[in-house]
Amino acid sequence: MAANAVRTRTLISQTQLNRPTGKVLYRIVLVVVVAGFTLVFLGPLYWLVTGGLKSTSEVIQNPPTLFPQHIHTDTYSQAWSRLSMGRLLFNTLYYAFGALVLQLVFDVAAAYSLSKLRPVLGNVVLGMMLATLMIPAAVLIVPQYLTVLDLPVLHLNLINSPWAIWLPTVANAFNIFLLKRFFDSIPADLMSAAAIDGAGPLRTLWSVVLPMSRPILGVVSIFAVVNVWKDFLWPMLVEPDPANQTLNIGIRSLSTGVPQNVVIAALAIASVPTLVFFLIFQRNIMSGLTAGGLKG
Amino acid sequence: MAAITVPGKAAHGLDPGEDGTPRRSRRGLAQKVRRNLSAYGFLLGALLCFGFFTWYPMVREVIMSFQKTKRGTTTWVGMENLQRIFNDPAFWQAWRNTLLYTGLALLLGFAVPFVVAVVLNELRHARAYLRVLVYLPVMMPPVASVLLFKYFYDPDFGLFNHILAFLHLPTSAWLNSTSTAMLSVVIASTWMNMGGATLVYLAALQTIPGELYEAAELDGAGLLRKIWHVTIPQTRLILSLLLLLQIVATMQVFVEPFLLTGGNGPQGSTTTVVYLVYQYAFNFNNYGSASALGLVMLLVLAGFSAVYVRLSRETD
Repeated sequence: MAANAVRTRTLISQTQLNRPTGKVLYRIVLVVVVAGFTLVFLGPLYWLVTGGLKSTSEVIQNPPTLFPQHIHTDTYSQAWSRLSMGRLLFNTLYYAFGALVLQLVFDVAAAYSLSKLRPVLGNVVLGMMLATLMIPAAVLIVPQYLTVLDLPVLHLNLINSPWAIWLPTVANAFNIFLLKRFFDSIPADLMSAAAIDGAGPLRTLWSVVLPMSRPILGVVSIFAVVNVWKDFLWPMLVEPDPANQTLNIGIRSLSTGVPQNVVIAALAIASVPTLVFFLIFQRNIMSGLTAGGLKG
Repeated sequence: MAAITVPGKAAHGLDPGEDGTPRRSRRGLAQKVRRNLSAYGFLLGALLCFGFFTWYPMVREVIMSFQKTKRGTTTWVGMENLQRIFNDPAFWQAWRNTLLYTGLALLLGFAVPFVVAVVLNELRHARAYLRVLVYLPVMMPPVASVLLFKYFYDPDFGLFNHILAFLHLPTSAWLNSTSTAMLSVVIASTWMNMGGATLVYLAALQTIPGELYEAAELDGAGLLRKIWHVTIPQTRLILSLLLLLQIVATMQVFVEPFLLTGGNGPQGSTTTVVYLVYQYAFNFNNYGSASALGLVMLLVLAGFSAVYVRLSRETD
């Protein structure tokens, strides 16, 4: 990032920083912060990756070693096969992207309807959706689980089916709030111009609203994927079959009785896709976090 | 959120339909019905999902709190479930633990990100790098961060004790001792989660007008007084919003203690309320008690949520 560009001033003024003591102090603080952050946030990741390269005895040796004495790359292949990482990764991606598609289709349609089609009682529906934000998620776990076990009216059991993860993610009031707020800002003139051209609501959504909404769709998509990727309790309850488990659950349940270095290698493998995803989308993720209001 | 109303454009299906003159003509009515049908068609998928997975479970949560199911027959038992959980010593311990966790998590998880954000905001270099670093753990799968910390905490070969010994400080039993188990959970969870709060604070700090600091300097204010009289008041609203959000989130803690100590920890020192709900429901198959405990939790957290909603209206 370009230093000293025309920035609004902060706590410490530029003149203070330009004084000799200011310069020295600034350098010291900068070095301490950069070194400290690297140690605190990258250090554990270094330990993760190198731990997976150590031998079984070295990884639980006291004192711990900073560098692996011998590089054991086969730990990674062992972790891959013993913890069936391929299947766990596939399952997690399958759940994450399925949830993403369903959320994009149904939440966009709902927000569009509430913002632009404005049906009778639309505000009541919106209010009832937003009210669910007040309910702590943990409180609903038990009744939600019993509902998935035996869906009312339809009497379906969704346990061990991907729908048990996908469908509840659609009931995301935060998404609908974000999307509706964005759609509200699309000028009404554009909408009526499309209507004069004879476009129905679906057509207007597809060719007028969606192309303008890319930024917010990006934010919603990223949150959709990340939420499924990080979720723990719900997938543990509704996907008990080892063949259907996610990374978080599978690693935990398969790691008992497996040597520590193999577990660490598995954790490193599990972290790689997320970190790559984050480094690619970091700008969108971090701006989405603040633009999207306050959410964790 | 101001709704956009378009007066006088009813003919093209954009009529807000609430105000305006009521149209009595049949064509108008048919159009209105058709428009509403299509609007609800768009809403249908979301409505069904909310109905099945949020609204219905909300109602069911309350009903189940006053019911008991034994061998397939469900009966109303009034306050019995609530009485039973109040008489369970684990209930009070779980609340004590949860409050301790929340208190510690706020001390660390609320203050640390703020200090970090203030420092980051002063730096002219490496800003992008540092922001990415802080947010990195938030993106990790929780199982990876938590099991890694569990490995660091190991009293025999763990990295943390090795560092303490290296610095000639007393080592700790970390997760294995009743006095440090909860603190260990909090440290891990702060590392995992502080990125989000830091970035939100950073964004808030960037909205403070520079003139305020200049004015404070003219009045002879030093660094700490500038923070106290300018930075904190200017970010007060964001600070209080995040505080409430963090209270609500941390009181629902489950994953960290569940993975680090198996949930209970030494002598139940890390049993949290949500873990107790989990135990009632999925270890003892006692859905009535689980729901009653959930209801108590809901009532406690509803207070914080209500304040949050009031405050967040102020920002709009």
